[in-house]
Amino acid sequence: MKKKKIKKEGFDILSPFSLPWLYSETVKDHFFHPRNFMKPDEEKRFKYNAVGMVGSPQCGDVMKFWLLIDPKTEKIKKARWRTFGCGSAIASTSMLSTMITEKGEVTLKEARKITPFDIMKRLGGLPERKIHCSVLGDKALREAINNYYWRTGQYEKIQPESGRIIDKVLKITDLDIEKAILEGAKNLEEVQEKTKVGLGDPDCLEEAEELVKFYLEKYQKSV
Amino acid sequence: MKRIYLDYAATTPMRKEVIEAMKPFGDKIFGNPSAIYFEGRLAKNFLEKAREKAAKILNSRPDEIIFTNGGTESINLAILGLARFYKNFFKKPRLITSKIEHPAVLEAMKQLEKENFEVIYLNVDKFGVVKLEELKKSLNPQTILISIMYANNEIGTIQPIKKISEIIKNFRQKKLKINFPFFHTDACQTAGFLEIRPEKLGVDLMSLNGSKIYGPKASGLLYLRNGVKIEPIIFGGGQENNLRSGTENVASWIGFSKALELAQKEKGKEAKRLTKLRDYLIKNILKIPKTFLNGHPKKRLPNNVNVTILDIEGEALVLQLDRYRVSASTGSACQSKILEPSHVLQAIGLPREVIHGSLRLTLGKYTRKKDLDYLIKILPKVVENLRQISPVSLKFKK
Repeated sequence: MKKKKIKKEGFDILSPFSLPWLYSETVKDHFFHPRNFMKPDEEKRFKYNAVGMVGSPQCGDVMKFWLLIDPKTEKIKKARWRTFGCGSAIASTSMLSTMITEKGEVTLKEARKITPFDIMKRLGGLPERKIHCSVLGDKALREAINNYYWRTGQYEKIQPESGRIIDKVLKITDLDIEKAILEGAKNLEEVQEKTKVGLGDPDCLEEAEELVKFYLEKYQKSV
Repeated sequence: MKRIYLDYAATTPMRKEVIEAMKPFGDKIFGNPSAIYFEGRLAKNFLEKAREKAAKILNSRPDEIIFTNGGTESINLAILGLARFYKNFFKKPRLITSKIEHPAVLEAMKQLEKENFEVIYLNVDKFGVVKLEELKKSLNPQTILISIMYANNEIGTIQPIKKISEIIKNFRQKKLKINFPFFHTDACQTAGFLEIRPEKLGVDLMSLNGSKIYGPKASGLLYLRNGVKIEPIIFGGGQENNLRSGTENVASWIGFSKALELAQKEKGKEAKRLTKLRDYLIKNILKIPKTFLNGHPKKRLPNNVNVTILDIEGEALVLQLDRYRVSASTGSACQSKILEPSHVLQAIGLPREVIHGSLRLTLGKYTRKKDLDYLIKILPKVVENLRQISPVSLKFKK
């Protein structure tokens, strides 16, 4: 039998490929081989009739969607995207783009219903603290859908993503509370640290507490 | 396939001399140093030899060396231990530190704030150097301790430790307080490159660890100048002069002493070699458009490169580099456990959107120029790919 050569310097992992990756295999695949992203040379000639962008570079995630929608059927024919963000943000946007262009049969109504959890399921899961990354992909998509209705004059179909105001003084919405939970807050106090909910309007605390409970359950965290 | 490890500031592999030195202490010399029979005395003998070795390197006395299970523990013992011991000597005890310390320091300070200490967090300039004027203004007769890191783990900036200790000495003389305030430095990043003898630096306490200098993980020491008092933070059998209870980690501390000895012996040569490689790497990375260096161009650790690459996010970059067999690190929020971008890069005045694109590469003993050449070749491509899918185009100018 041949003796295995032992390296004198450095250090080799026996097989880096047998190790589980940071995220699921599907996430890995979409991160290293992103589908449907807008290539630089494509931007000028890609035909689209809807565009939406959400997020901010300060928070570390920005997502943009371009859609080509068939005006007769209101089905999504083509989608392109770009994302500034971490591995799971890129993968989840890529996955969402494949979900809405599968067979060219997804209607705007169906697309609007896609939740972060649908994306996560298709990705084979994401670490808890990374969920907020994929939350943005569907928001960008809905922005683009609103943009389509706006361009086509169907104003009654536009659904703004404003959320419901809970703290009337500080204008803190249920979405802000949901975001705080997704960012790791585990009780009302921690949500308050992040959102200041209730500091402006102490009367809303009871409702805020209910919402905290609701989102903790929704995201399966211990109360 | 060989990987190119460029995260030596996170941790280092153990060098073979260290592994050799530790070998007998698994099963052959295994006794509890507190025992009075042969095995115990044997272990005790080796433990004390390791202590003497560490003391010699630091030009100090063996009883000034407290072995610990790592840098974080040394720092906690220094800060919490000292502050709690002297608390009752003062009406409103004050501690001074900087905004760019390691979390071990910052979190220990936060704990002391809960215990009614006043903590001053000094600002740093755009290079990450502590503002000395601010330090002078912050010193008052209530000040117990100043804790400033020797060199920063993220951006590599080396602090003017000697100048700081001069300021503290002057203050002591002026106030006729012979002892107060004390000066602690977290020197965990420096033992492989810089002078660390406490008397040369003018520090009263110093934290060191093994996992950054090719020693074992969870090994370290606290240098405690003779006459400085601290309370223990771990209670039990009274080991380490009643300051750090728990059966002595003999194998680890033997390995640590060996690593410290070799690190200090080789520091001059290695610092020179790595400085050259560092500057070569920086020069070449900055050829990529929309990039800049973080930290001080000269007063930085010989092994530290920290750059910002605009319009991309650090975690995605690190994962792409990983695929190309390169191990690196980022200050982006996505990599941190608390989803908060680097406090160090915030302290040197970088906006959040810019911090997300930071990349730290730290070189070490096994880094060769050809490794860097490989990185220099692939990095522009990786950056370009990520920029292609990014909708962001920042206009930040440093």
